[in-house]
Amino acid sequence: MTSDQAGRQVAPVPAATAPATTTPATAAVIAGTRHAPRLGTRTLSALGVVVLIAVIAVFPLVFTNPTVTNFGVITLIFVAVASAWNIFSGFSGYLSLGHAVFYGTGAYFLVVAAKDWNLNGSDVFWLLPLAGAVAALIAVPLGLVALRVRRHTFVVITIALFFIAQLSASNLTVTGGSSGVLAPIPNWAAATFNNPFYYLAMLLAVAAVALSVIIRRSRFGLQLRAIRDDEDRAAGLGVRAMPVKLSALVLSAFITGMAGGLWVYFIGQAVPQFVFDPLFDLAVVLMVFFGGLGTIAGPVLGALILEPTQLYLNLVESNSYESEILFGALFLVVILFLPRGVLPTAGEWLTPGRVSRLRSDWLARRARRTANPPVPPPEGNPS
Amino acid sequence: MTATLRADGVSKSFGGLQALADCSLTAEAGRITGLIGPNGSGKTTLFNAITGYERIDSGQVYLDEQRITGASPQRVFSLGVGRTFQLTRIFPRLTVLENMLVPANRGRSTREHRERAMDLLAFTGIASHARALAGTLSYGQRKLLELAYVLVADPAVVLLDEPAGGVNPSLIHHITDRIRELNAAGRTFLIVEHNMEFVMGLCHQVTVLDSGSVVASGPPEVIRTDPRVLDAYLGTEADDA
Amino acid sequence: MASEIAQAIAAGILGGGVYALMAAGLTLVFGVLDIINVAQGIFVVLGAYLSYVLSVHLHLDLLLGLFITVPAMFVIGVVIYWLFIRPLRGAERTSMTLLACFAVALIIEGVLYREFGSNYVSLNAWYTTASVHVFDFYLADIYLIGFGLAVVAIGALYLILYRTTFGRAVRATMQNQVAARLIGIDVNRVSALTFGIGTAVTAIGGMVYGAISGGFTPNSGYDLISRLLAIVILAGMGSIGGALVAAVFMTTAEALVDIWQPDWAVVVFYLAMVIILTFRPAGLFGRQAVRAQ
Repeated sequence: MTSDQAGRQVAPVPAATAPATTTPATAAVIAGTRHAPRLGTRTLSALGVVVLIAVIAVFPLVFTNPTVTNFGVITLIFVAVASAWNIFSGFSGYLSLGHAVFYGTGAYFLVVAAKDWNLNGSDVFWLLPLAGAVAALIAVPLGLVALRVRRHTFVVITIALFFIAQLSASNLTVTGGSSGVLAPIPNWAAATFNNPFYYLAMLLAVAAVALSVIIRRSRFGLQLRAIRDDEDRAAGLGVRAMPVKLSALVLSAFITGMAGGLWVYFIGQAVPQFVFDPLFDLAVVLMVFFGGLGTIAGPVLGALILEPTQLYLNLVESNSYESEILFGALFLVVILFLPRGVLPTAGEWLTPGRVSRLRSDWLARRARRTANPPVPPPEGNPS
Repeated sequence: MTATLRADGVSKSFGGLQALADCSLTAEAGRITGLIGPNGSGKTTLFNAITGYERIDSGQVYLDEQRITGASPQRVFSLGVGRTFQLTRIFPRLTVLENMLVPANRGRSTREHRERAMDLLAFTGIASHARALAGTLSYGQRKLLELAYVLVADPAVVLLDEPAGGVNPSLIHHITDRIRELNAAGRTFLIVEHNMEFVMGLCHQVTVLDSGSVVASGPPEVIRTDPRVLDAYLGTEADDA
Repeated sequence: MASEIAQAIAAGILGGGVYALMAAGLTLVFGVLDIINVAQGIFVVLGAYLSYVLSVHLHLDLLLGLFITVPAMFVIGVVIYWLFIRPLRGAERTSMTLLACFAVALIIEGVLYREFGSNYVSLNAWYTTASVHVFDFYLADIYLIGFGLAVVAIGALYLILYRTTFGRAVRATMQNQVAARLIGIDVNRVSALTFGIGTAVTAIGGMVYGAISGGFTPNSGYDLISRLLAIVILAGMGSIGGALVAAVFMTTAEALVDIWQPDWAVVVFYLAMVIILTFRPAGLFGRQAVRAQ
């Protein structure tokens, strides 16, 4: 006899219809090996990750053009932000359109603290974890208010909280009002100025993704995803919804706050309209949806593809409205045609059957071409 | 091991509609009690009231001698009462095994938890689907999954809401056998069902609900011929028994 | 001081009427379609620009122009619903439609920027600068006109909802979509027309807003939508009457606070919402569905 939840003596599950021995498949499941992702084996994806990180690490040493590394810094910051957003919204299903609040809080904290404590150069980087902590701290009261309502209302509240934050930043003296606060400018060589920011951003991005993986495999992550599927049922089975959701929000806010701090130090100043930008959350949402909501690689992919595109467009188009229209249109396309995101849809489309068919088609076409090479045009014809 | 579930004088109204009117029933420890009645008689409302999904207007609910009236679903679950839903509620985007791992796990290691989950899946017969997404299961399989995961926490009392509804006859036999086995180990069952064969063949005690109150209660053979029961079913609306 | 307060209250109530109209459109759409149209703010701005074009380029009086802009916005609403919102289905429908509305808002904002640039424009007519002298303060004519329009429009809305067959269909769909379908209501048609109505009211709101605000740009949409959302949340989603009360309450509160602390006045709006939500998550008049999937 064993004890049940309430400590009472309970008979074990009758073994009458249970298999006499555990089959290898069952053993594998018990041992906790996850089933293989659709696009490759575990070793392949682990290798892929290592290669990716190596490429990213080497990138600024190869492409030394400051504009390019500038893009790199911002892109990596968004990889971190997108992954952090996904940790909360992707896993729990509560869409937040107010993460800019955490971003901005981290940003303002960093510049104001740097100014008040007279920090400069690489000393400022020590403020980053603090910036994250401050953002995580405000996530608690915000979460306690916002997470008690239905999902629709939740999204709208995050929007409202965003506007409150933006207004507060414009009006408070500590945040410098509408003209904002200047960040200290470090005394580094112009050629490699971006590099410290780049590597910190890379570190933050890796940390964010690692955290996503850890959470996804943990019991905490399971509870979050159960909440996403059927919160009431999960609650009825002993999952404590509010603490779980709140914890996810706090973790998400922590990383987002650090990202905000890094970003503001990089661009040099905190101004309300740019720090609290209504398009910020939309960009993040688009990236994550594009790559695949609730997946690990999705936010990374989305950020790596969309952010440089957006930066490039901003550079090339002097009018921001073009990028807005494009952005909105892209969003609609993703929502209407790729609701699960590019990665999952592509993954489903690229079934082994299709892949081998595509491959044999290509081989057949190549064989035909070698058998019948294209005839060159006769001499004398202008071409 | 086991426990008695008792509802005493429970009443609940929704606006002008009296769903439960001074309803009292007992699911005795270690027995299988069936709960039948025409549509709208308040069976699911009673389940909701017992398991904390619905607040009641008056009356009490007891688990053994402990009063659990108004306790939240989490608390009721942690006290050892598990329930399934009429329209199966599973977590479609989690795998079958992950569904099993959602209920809180007290004092067991992860490995033991998984082992127990797999045992239960084997017991209900869906172990081969352990890694499939729960959303891909058929209706009957979902019912089995629901049964399996409420058992994870070793409840002393199990409330089943239409376990045989919409399920093919061979699967019904399978479910009936599983319930008997679990009951043999001591668990108390309270089962809502419309399928009379199922109820009469399985239950030790049958309680009949009509318009929110109990009209008859007793062993199946007695209930089967009780005129009040026929009245309840035929007098109000044509039933699908 | 007393006259300032009286003026503020008057302005608040009158202004609130217009916000109420726009918020009513928003909450009606939510009630029937279960979606939050975050593009409502930019629709108002679009309505204002439409009035602007008619007024400046065709020299059409603002009020007369409404006969064109209202149907135009109605059609725009129906088209947007049909193309971008109706196709969305599935478990994530609520989030997707919200994001789709946001995307549409972005596109409209971008187009407005391209056509009109970022300069402030405003709507003018002989009555936008005139005012009546009441007791010892002035009430701008346009406020009175705006309030009058709002009353007429809301009255029309109520008539439609409670006195026509279509309105009955709308109310039935609001209560239970599945049941409505079962009794033969074409829910798609009802949804499309409702969305159109929700958008059409922004033509009126846009004209009044354009005249009152003292200048607007495509960027004004954000401020508008955030206020409308706050009103609708405070009132409780789906309650039209509640939206009226909440709108008047919030604009009046803001006008009053504006007397002493103009910079913070608008925060009152949002703070009220947050406070109410802490105690009543469903809003003041909202349906008490505490948690829904």
